Amino acid sequence: MAIEIVKEKYSSPINTVEIGSGAKCVKIGGETTLPFLFDEGDMPNAPVVALEMLDCEPVDWADSLKAAYGDAVKDPVKWAVKCVKEFGAKVLCVRLQSTHPDSGGKTAEQVIPILKSIVKEAGVPLVIVGGGDEEKDNDVLPKVSQALKGENCLFGIATQDNYKTLTATCLADGHSIIAESPIDINIAKQVNILISDMGFNPARIVMHPTTTSLGYGMEYVYSIMERGRLAAFIGDKMLAMPFVLFVGAEVWKTKEAKESAAAQGVNWELTTAIAMLQAGADLLIMRHPEAAKSAAKYIAIAMEEK
Amino acid sequence: MIVIGELINGMYKDVGKAIVNKEADVIQHLAVDQVKAGATVLDVNTGPYSKNQKDDMKWLIETIQGVVQVPLALDSTKADVIEEGLKLVTKRAIINSTNADDAKMQTIFTLAKKYNTQVIGLAMDKSGVPNSKDKRLELAATIVAKAIEFDIATDDLFLDPIVLPVNVAQTQGTEVLESIREFRLLCDPSPNTTIGLSNVSQGTKFRSLVNRTFLAMAIANGLTSAILDPLDKELMDAMITAELILNKAIYCDSFLEAYRKK
Repeated sequence: MAIEIVKEKYSSPINTVEIGSGAKCVKIGGETTLPFLFDEGDMPNAPVVALEMLDCEPVDWADSLKAAYGDAVKDPVKWAVKCVKEFGAKVLCVRLQSTHPDSGGKTAEQVIPILKSIVKEAGVPLVIVGGGDEEKDNDVLPKVSQALKGENCLFGIATQDNYKTLTATCLADGHSIIAESPIDINIAKQVNILISDMGFNPARIVMHPTTTSLGYGMEYVYSIMERGRLAAFIGDKMLAMPFVLFVGAEVWKTKEAKESAAAQGVNWELTTAIAMLQAGADLLIMRHPEAAKSAAKYIAIAMEEK
Repeated sequence: MIVIGELINGMYKDVGKAIVNKEADVIQHLAVDQVKAGATVLDVNTGPYSKNQKDDMKWLIETIQGVVQVPLALDSTKADVIEEGLKLVTKRAIINSTNADDAKMQTIFTLAKKYNTQVIGLAMDKSGVPNSKDKRLELAATIVAKAIEFDIATDDLFLDPIVLPVNVAQTQGTEVLESIREFRLLCDPSPNTTIGLSNVSQGTKFRSLVNRTFLAMAIANGLTSAILDPLDKELMDAMITAELILNKAIYCDSFLEAYRKK
């Protein structure tokens, strides 16, 4: 007897979010199926790999990671251009590390010219995340957001306890926003509601479910993402947002990536990235250009089944 | 949950008056308010004061569809009144209702097939409302069998076990709740189930409390829709919470709001 393969059909798609403006604008999301199950639904937009860079020379990056960029890490604009011209990045993620009080505590006025040069020279859509100090981020990000008005960037990071400033800013300047939750589907939904309660269009929110690296509880993130997706597909609008994962930043914290030969770090990052793609990632923020290149290749091959 | 808003019913005095005097704004307000409060379907009933039910049904449908686009449950004991309405609806309608009498089912399912509608099937017949779960089940099975004969998808049926007021038929509460659970097992795909909720509290002192308690219990037994007053906020909150507890939605602190944002 022939076995009939059970196929799921879902009623509600994931939102499509555009990042950037003009010809180089990228779209993420829009799925009507779990990742790459093209018999069950569609993925109108292939997942996107972004390269992450800092706005200053990194001090704690692994040598093997830094070496991949050479001297360019000394100049953020050159670094950005290298990511795009040499490594083919379609999106750049700039972490405003230099604004963190422990990393020099630069002001918004000091970083804005750098970002403007990056916009001009690199010419790709930008994801911009703060240095990670809440108070400083709430001071810097609104000014940066205003300076980049019209660029349709993706700004982060909003959390349950700190979302108002960034939400108001992104709303005023027309940017999209990253909503983060600590591997907790309930809080993920709550942050999305809080942000949209401020009048922010839910279709401009990208969720960060928290990233963990291979070997450090990656499967928890995977299951949270899957649960969110399944709820979204049957109509939960407050979970119908694309996912962003900061794979590079997480992986390159681990001793497995940092303290061994370059190839192991690259493979660690790539493996984590692929698992996250299979969990439903729409935007991967990666650090090592070789890992990013291989992840992009993986996406291209997986999308061929379409 | 499929929430069928019950308020556009000529049995209510102000609605009856609005129908007689053709006060469109009264009807339209009720339509908009119910949909805003979470009704996914609106029941339409011309009520006992209507002198010309066909014309009133037509007027009601046109008036409602002028302001909201949701499916309508055309509620009348007269097939010709329902048919007049079916000619006008812009969304897939529900016929409210048939019972388990053969002649009635024949008429209603013919209409349902012709106009591609869903149907509410009342587990009662000529001899009235049954007083046991078993009799309800038997009548429901009769309705399901007839629907299949008409090639109507079983999930397009809404089986109603007939809720009776708690103050006059207290033994019927458990019979109804168990019926809801067992109706779901009658066929595959499972039929929908529905109740005329407000009936349970008819003549009682704390109507809203009785309604929302019974609704939560019915939902726990697998109820998939109800005809109710969506403007009763506490009732809607209880419904949302009951569905949450059954894992139909993902919890978050603002779960009531999350449901309403759908």
